[in-house]
Amino acid sequence: MLLEVDDLCVNYGRIEAIRNISFTVGEGEVVTLIGANGAGKTTTMKTVSGLRPVRQGSIRFEGQDITTVPAHERPVLGIAQSPEGRGCFVGMTVLENLDMGAYARPDRKSPKIGEDRDRVFGLFPRLAERRTQVAGTMSGGEQQMLAIGRALMANPKLLLLDEPSMGLAPKLIQQIFDIITEINQQGTTVLLVEQNAAQALKRAHRAYILETGEIVREGSGEELANDPAVKAAYLGGDL
Amino acid sequence: MDLLLNHFWEFTITGLAFGAVYALIALGYTLVYGVLRLINFAHSEVFMWGSFASVWVLTALGASKASGVGVVGFLVIGFAAAMVTSALVALGLEFVAYRPLRKRNSPPLIALISAIGASFVLSEAMGLRDKPFKWFGLDTDLASYVGRPREASPLPLNIDTVRLFRVFDYRVSNIDLIVLGSAIVMMVILDQFVKRSRLGRGIRAVAQDPEAAALMGVNRDRVIRLTFVIGGAMAGAAAMMYLLKIGVTRYNAGFLLGVKAFTAAVLGGIGNLRGALLGGFVLGVAESYGSAIFGSNWKDVVAFTLLVIILLFRPTGLLGESLGKARA
Repeated sequence: MLLEVDDLCVNYGRIEAIRNISFTVGEGEVVTLIGANGAGKTTTMKTVSGLRPVRQGSIRFEGQDITTVPAHERPVLGIAQSPEGRGCFVGMTVLENLDMGAYARPDRKSPKIGEDRDRVFGLFPRLAERRTQVAGTMSGGEQQMLAIGRALMANPKLLLLDEPSMGLAPKLIQQIFDIITEINQQGTTVLLVEQNAAQALKRAHRAYILETGEIVREGSGEELANDPAVKAAYLGGDL
Repeated sequence: MDLLLNHFWEFTITGLAFGAVYALIALGYTLVYGVLRLINFAHSEVFMWGSFASVWVLTALGASKASGVGVVGFLVIGFAAAMVTSALVALGLEFVAYRPLRKRNSPPLIALISAIGASFVLSEAMGLRDKPFKWFGLDTDLASYVGRPREASPLPLNIDTVRLFRVFDYRVSNIDLIVLGSAIVMMVILDQFVKRSRLGRGIRAVAQDPEAAALMGVNRDRVIRLTFVIGGAMAGAAAMMYLLKIGVTRYNAGFLLGVKAFTAAVLGGIGNLRGALLGGFVLGVAESYGSAIFGSNWKDVVAFTLLVIILLFRPTGLLGESLGKARA
């Protein structure tokens, strides 16, 4: 297993944000966590990327315990995150943002960086057109592309995507999910957090359903998409 | 008014020279504010310690006897001593006064109190420097360094003022040229460093979004240390320039300069590097014109009235807030 999360508890002060969560992500998979607002999805993501301290439980990456590894050392291990709300550096250009993605790479001076940048521009031709534009002046969809592209510049083994479809037009959502599938087919493992359960389940190999900080269901994407209870709660019956 | 009109360029260039000092100190306030959202009120003392370092190193080397080319060498040594010392004091300040609070997630007001406390400690430590030496009976040997700690200490360097060339009716002196020239060189280097280098980009990333910066692998603590070191070195350079213009330093010399440099940072838009530079020069020139029109006792009144007026119309300062958002 690439990522093994075991019995994880995370608090915000005294409030338990997630309780005894366990899940795994295998190499080459797309795994999705779905759930309503406040279910603990983003907290789970931030804990995997190291931004939130763990109260109990462990996180293992490639068999190595990374529970207490600081966030800024995790990109070097191969974990990159596109955060909720995009988190683009709004005062930097597209190119500078992409360079930030490769900030921690040991091979950041090699020509490999240029190849990876071309790969990102291949996935998101829009970014190539806007390479010298300041991120803060771009649309939400373009900033989302930039956030994903920036995470890819770290050349990660595991890509964490937190709500990539949030606030985007339906046509753009479709496009973003197509690209996520493409990224996965190019060999990157993806852990995806989504409110758009229909799309997420369609694209994911496996899925976990979070409710108020706990995992209540798990299964293959197809299985959960066809489950009547899941349909009623998350898919609105209209898949 | 006649005085200003008759000596317009003299007042302008003098104003710019003091403005350069304010601007370099202001960079330290603005850099630290950018990454920590903290006003480092002890920064003025970082400046003051730099000025003493340069005085002492030059005294120890016997710089007062130098002439000709030797003076240039001592000038370089003076800059180096002040910059290195100020950078180290700033680094120590961060380690002792701010980092422990940050690790415990203290509210910003607590860090501010710590800053004010550190400012008093650094200033009074210099003003009482004779005491520990007296305990060990060393004060007579080191009289030229620790004697009369509350009086002014002169820069032991004799630079003859040479009028080099004319700007309209004012003949620019070698000291004006050294101060303005070295300030501009330092500003350009810093601006380009923050804009183009990888570490500079790390500073901007932390200023814009600390969480996203961590996700990119930027070590926030290291970036914070770096901003203190850079801000300190700039304050050290300013200290040497101040000595060249004024000739002496005191244990409390930092206070008024600190207030003015902080004002310059706010005037330009705190958190914005180019804003700090612009704010420094505007403040220096306004002060100089103010002293020409109303007499030198009024220069601070004029400068701060101007500050209030500008902030009434542009509350975020001349160039607006934020280190990264202004693209520099």
